[in-house]
Amino acid sequence: MPARSDGLPDRERHLPCSRSTSAMVAGCTVFLAPIVLTACQPAVLDPQGTVGIAEKTILIDSLAIMLAIVVPTIVATFVVAWWFRATNTRATYTPNWEYSGRIELIVWSIPLLVIMLLGGVAWIGSHELDPAKPLTSNTPPLEVQVVALDWKWLFIYPVQRIASVNHLVIPADTPIHFSLTSASVMNAFFVPRLGSMIYTMNGMTTQLNLRADAPGTFQGLSSHYSGDGFSDMHFEVQAVSAQRFAAWIDATRGMGPSLDAKSYAALARQSVNTIPFTFRAADPDLFQQIVTQQLPPGPGPQTGRPNPSVSPQTED
Amino acid sequence: MLGKLSWAAIPLDQPIPLFTAALVGVVTFGVLAWVTLKGWLPYLWREWITSVDHKMIGIMYILLAMVMLLRGFADAIMMRSQQALAFRSEGFLRPEHYDQIFSAHGTLMIFFVAMPFVIGLMNFVMPLQLGVRDVAFPTLNSVSFWLTATGAFLVNISLVVGEFARTGWLPYPPLSEVAYSPGVGVDYYLWSLQISGVGTLLTGVNFVTTVLKIRAPGMTLMRMPMFCWTTLASNLLIVAAFPILTATLAMLLLDRYVGFHFFTNEAGGNVMMFMNLIWAWGHPEVYILILPAFGIFSEVISTFSRKPLFGYRSMVMATMAICVLSFTVWLHHFFTMGAGADVNAIFGVASMIIAVPTGVKVFNWLFTMYGGRVVYSQPILWSIAFMVTFVIGGMTGVLLAVPPVDFVLHNSLFLVAHFHNVIIGGVLFGAFAGYTYWFPKAFGFRLHEGLGKASFWCWVVGFYVAFMPLYVVGLMGMTRRMQHYDVPEWRPWLLIAAGGAAMILVGIILQIAQLAISIRRRKELRDETGDPWNGRSLEWATPSPPPSFNFAVLPSVEGGEAYWGMKQRARQQAMLGEEPPYADIEMPRNSPTGFICAFFATFMGFALIWHIWWIVILAAVGAFATFVVFAWRDEVEYAIPAEVVASVDRANRTARGETLALSGTPS
Repeated sequence: MPARSDGLPDRERHLPCSRSTSAMVAGCTVFLAPIVLTACQPAVLDPQGTVGIAEKTILIDSLAIMLAIVVPTIVATFVVAWWFRATNTRATYTPNWEYSGRIELIVWSIPLLVIMLLGGVAWIGSHELDPAKPLTSNTPPLEVQVVALDWKWLFIYPVQRIASVNHLVIPADTPIHFSLTSASVMNAFFVPRLGSMIYTMNGMTTQLNLRADAPGTFQGLSSHYSGDGFSDMHFEVQAVSAQRFAAWIDATRGMGPSLDAKSYAALARQSVNTIPFTFRAADPDLFQQIVTQQLPPGPGPQTGRPNPSVSPQTED
Repeated sequence: MLGKLSWAAIPLDQPIPLFTAALVGVVTFGVLAWVTLKGWLPYLWREWITSVDHKMIGIMYILLAMVMLLRGFADAIMMRSQQALAFRSEGFLRPEHYDQIFSAHGTLMIFFVAMPFVIGLMNFVMPLQLGVRDVAFPTLNSVSFWLTATGAFLVNISLVVGEFARTGWLPYPPLSEVAYSPGVGVDYYLWSLQISGVGTLLTGVNFVTTVLKIRAPGMTLMRMPMFCWTTLASNLLIVAAFPILTATLAMLLLDRYVGFHFFTNEAGGNVMMFMNLIWAWGHPEVYILILPAFGIFSEVISTFSRKPLFGYRSMVMATMAICVLSFTVWLHHFFTMGAGADVNAIFGVASMIIAVPTGVKVFNWLFTMYGGRVVYSQPILWSIAFMVTFVIGGMTGVLLAVPPVDFVLHNSLFLVAHFHNVIIGGVLFGAFAGYTYWFPKAFGFRLHEGLGKASFWCWVVGFYVAFMPLYVVGLMGMTRRMQHYDVPEWRPWLLIAAGGAAMILVGIILQIAQLAISIRRRKELRDETGDPWNGRSLEWATPSPPPSFNFAVLPSVEGGEAYWGMKQRARQQAMLGEEPPYADIEMPRNSPTGFICAFFATFMGFALIWHIWWIVILAAVGAFATFVVFAWRDEVEYAIPAEVVASVDRANRTARGETLALSGTPS
């Protein structure tokens, strides 16, 4: 039977409130004002990893560039509509004014210039933050293989030859290279506080590089709807120091079942709310076998009314 | 005998759909019984169901859209209340039910609310603005409408017989393949859209032909009202994009019904192909919806500012630019697929480029009001609310078009907030502006102003309260389509959003009240002139409601803003032009073809969903036979005698002469 992972002596809880990162947007705009009230919570605006921080910077910069034109436009709309109200006798009425080459030029130029600037940001950002691009670091990256199952996450550490379900432990300040696939339907792997999400698709491998800058605990989830058990498809990410990570590996190797084709087949059945557990041993070729479909895709719904509505509610 | 259909298909264990179905059943039966007892059935059959008049068909489209809006909004209320409740609990909707609701909500709102609403408005207005008597293919128009109604009907049948898709409004495989969705839900989705999609495509062909080939004498392309331009652009997109949808869904049907492997996991199927194809239709689709709305705002802002549209040529150019560019951006719907930096960057920049012509439009509307005399009536209130709301929605859209930003906001409630921001703030506000603007033209009386404004404020404030919190929870990492969650920080925002939905509900109730009270007080709200807003395009030259033939004599157009020019000339000469020589008018005969085709299509769709093959064959034969009978008909048209035409037109001329004399010469 699966065992709880208690490899960590105690959890290193990071205090995200220590950084008030969204202060920059404060006052920029009325409609974003509510965010400021909860300065600690918006995960995307409070990133804890290299990638997330860069993405947040691009988000704020792009927003600022656009607000520079959007706010005046909104104000102008209100002012013009109000000043030229029919009852305002002081406003001049030019009933036949319908063209001005100069204004047309400006009207085309302003959005064009903004978009050229923003397009540059998008172009550079896309290349800098391509999920498949390795992160620069002196520490060699940790390899993690991710398999999205119905409806839980399997994390395989091919070098360490262990695996875990719905619980990802990584060393802090170390680049992590994820290879991702899905055992059945599409999902997306997303840890909001670390940055980029990426799809997981059966028969294909996607690449993602992330890093947690400091120890901490982060929530991860599937951000692509995948069926009835989707809402429970979240997992906890623990970024720990290198020593604790080594200790966790050792502890994991000492307990739990082992992951091979047979136990994988059982795991691939649909189930919801799977309690996190670990495998003491994992076949390092398993991921490739899933991607190449040597191991067949997850079986889909097996129980419930055969017709017309199948409601899989099996617990493993 | 009945394929997969059995008593197990009726969800007897689920009170919500059963109760709803019972209620809808009682209401429908009551209305039918009332209509029958009153003896209105022959009238309905003669004047509406079999009508090939573009105005009647347009009104029926809009009625369909409004009824479906109620259904789609009921789904929205359930979703908002589920997410408000389901913090560390299951809420009141189990996942298999909740998943159907959000799938049905999206499907209904896009295909059976937004689409019929804009198509209805185009149907009603475009031939009048072009100064002609009907669209190019009147009977085909009726077929289009009834096939759309069939699709809507099938989606709603799924409430009580079987289930609807649990895949989201776009059924991404492999989740939508038989292996993972063995029920009939996806089949309901697919057949509903295939049938209504045929109707939409036929509309596209019909309208493109009408705009390009059938215009009043002198109505050159560059003299057309802006709404006709956006109608042309939108229907060009329909003609180009809807076949992609039909082909994509057909491939999925082949996968599900005959074991093909276009999009399956096994045997070389590829889900990425589905995503590419569906968005190659899906992105143009949003412009199919928004372009006619842009046209409506152009008409409304110009009319109520009492000025011509600023930068007409720029607007035409921007419209056609959007029309072309909309086909070059589909990949921004899946930047997170891992396609690589170059691909993402190119599509990101391409998506942003669309913001340029759109921005130009916003500025041109602004300069249309500049120097005008803005009269605050309902249509322009919707238009100003649109300008402000759409700019915000456009901004968040461009934000999402930056790939690294999309990497953290894709599929989040930020995205949900964004597309509601542009679809409600753009398409729906546009539809409401058009509804309040052209209602007097369609029925001969205005909508109650006070209730309309009250409803407007509920809608606009409700919209902001409902969707701005979703931007916030999106930034907090909340993804869409969650049936429950356990992050306490999200909850207050979702409660506020539910409050916003309740405010919109009040807005909808006020709209219904507005319609009912306006009908009751139609005498005092009567529009005798045919030109209640001092309009500028040709639809206002007709009486309200226009006669079946629209124009006694096709108007002769001598410039942009055709009717404004006519009014100016009439004022200068202090008289209307000479009375034209009246002649008999040939109009197309009404035909039940559309209704009967749709009748068979309904049975065919239902039977295909439930694998009842003998009904499929019978219904297909029936539909084909209907078509053959229509093709071999002898009498195509009927004549309206010149005396009738003359008496209608003389009354119109008298009313018009009085109005022009009353309003005096404009400065």
